[in-house]
Amino acid sequence: MESYKAKKALTQGLIHLFLIVFTITMLVPFLWMVLTAFKTQSESTAIDPFVILPSTWHFDNFVTVWNSYNFLYLYKNTLLMIFFRVLCAVLTATMAGYAFGRLEFPGKKILFAMVLIQMMVPAQIFIIPQYIMVSKLKWINTIAGLVFPGAVTAFGTFLLKQGYQGLPKDLEEAASIDGCNIGQQFLVIMMPLTRSSMVSLGIFTAVFAFKDLMWPMIVCSDAKSTTLSAGLAKMQGQFSSNFPQLMAAATMACLPMIVLYLIFQKQFVEGIATSGGKL
Amino acid sequence: MATTKRKMTPSQKSQAKWGLAFVAPTMIGLIVLNFYPIFNTVYQSFFKTGDFGMGNIFVGLQNYVTVLKGGEFWSSLLNTFKYALIEVPFSVAFALLLAVFLNRKIACRGFYRTVFFLPMVAAPAAIAMVWRFLYNQQFGLINNVFHSTTAWISDPKIAWISLGVIGVWSVVGYNMILLIAGLQEIPHDYYEAAEIDGATGIKQFFRITIPLLSPTIFFIVQTRIIGALQQFDLIFMMMDRSNPALPKTQTVVYYFYVNAFQYNNRGLGAAIVLCMLVLIMMITWVLQKSEKYWVFYN
Repeated sequence: MESYKAKKALTQGLIHLFLIVFTITMLVPFLWMVLTAFKTQSESTAIDPFVILPSTWHFDNFVTVWNSYNFLYLYKNTLLMIFFRVLCAVLTATMAGYAFGRLEFPGKKILFAMVLIQMMVPAQIFIIPQYIMVSKLKWINTIAGLVFPGAVTAFGTFLLKQGYQGLPKDLEEAASIDGCNIGQQFLVIMMPLTRSSMVSLGIFTAVFAFKDLMWPMIVCSDAKSTTLSAGLAKMQGQFSSNFPQLMAAATMACLPMIVLYLIFQKQFVEGIATSGGKL
Repeated sequence: MATTKRKMTPSQKSQAKWGLAFVAPTMIGLIVLNFYPIFNTVYQSFFKTGDFGMGNIFVGLQNYVTVLKGGEFWSSLLNTFKYALIEVPFSVAFALLLAVFLNRKIACRGFYRTVFFLPMVAAPAAIAMVWRFLYNQQFGLINNVFHSTTAWISDPKIAWISLGVIGVWSVVGYNMILLIAGLQEIPHDYYEAAEIDGATGIKQFFRITIPLLSPTIFFIVQTRIIGALQQFDLIFMMMDRSNPALPKTQTVVYYFYVNAFQYNNRGLGAAIVLCMLVLIMMITWVLQKSEKYWVFYN
């Protein structure tokens, strides 16, 4: 019995050790990013011994990056892109999801097959024609151009369809007896019940748009009209050795999403986990 | 009966009307944004994009010949596979360990989960910048701590491993969350029965956990393989055009991006991306066919 207990304690200890080492590995890049952002250039490149904590906490790097890289515009563009993409995606997907999940209409099977096909095809297939359309519409370097490919969502339609199918069968019957037409049933009764699916889709859409690099680089090459991700790529190209400034930029780009994640953790994890690897 | 089939009841009529109206925005969007582009990409792959984007010239299968006969597509493909070979098995294996550890009552469980999932909400562009600094040969933290002078991302022999490590770091938390969800589906009785029979933790892991979790593991492996085959952000951000290791690390999507949007050779880009589509479909098909051999369904 004694040895069994000792063995169990040892296993527990090893598990904790593993978890702690893993936590450090996961956190060091983030910590190093933030710490470096507060250092001077010479502190950031000091070796033997390297400097862990900055001697004084400089905000200069943030100020410089903010002023010389149009960070205000980057935030604004990213926010607007996310806002409109979430709005469009949730609106269109919730309507289509309701129709696919609860209504019978001609062509339903074929149309839903199209939704599934879109989900299986890698997104790079669409990019060249989408870019040509955006440039013909003269939407290069605009918010509309950034939002364009995310105006509708096959994945979201699928997710919301699942949500509507999960609701009890007789909900509409009760409503139709009360004299509601289908539009009223949808708005008043059904839609509020799928709030959690809508939140998941909204978060997924927001994080996906926030992380996307290729599309904003293609359609918004102008420094003032691009997003945080693409802005970072531009900055790195110009300033590849000023580590404190680069890290300050990376910190500022990541901070809003990380804060939101820490506040709405449960919804974030659910929203991203439902995406099935699309992120 | 026959008449009701031909003539819809008022309720069916209204369902048809509302249903079509509700799917219309999504379907129009999908046709414009996705289905037309599929055909347009195929169409463009038969053309050589004229200089300054003017006047496309029909070249038949020439773009495909360039892609399939030139070495760059195949070397990019090999690089992509090598990246996937690091990212997928290691991220799934680590995630499995973490999921099993965090599925039981353990101190700071919530904290661990929060930390491991963190990279999922950070922009890959920022992550790549940070890792690039960590890997820096002269000033990087890694070489400083270990007193080495390894050229982590410019030595062609090891750069692909260094990139794979970032991939593992980025997705391990995501895999872990999916695996924890899978673990919670396994009934407790199985473990209790095993306990009575005297099966130890490790035996339980291989005899109960792995088989019952295999559908989840399969799903993750499949989505991760397809995701890894589309890797772009990391390579683009980590590897300068002058990096000597670039030919040994550039992925298919990077090769596509450079041709389609930096050299503005859209026809060639279209051909590359279509070859990739065929490949991904083949891999998906093989995975689906192989599913029954190693996934255990209750």
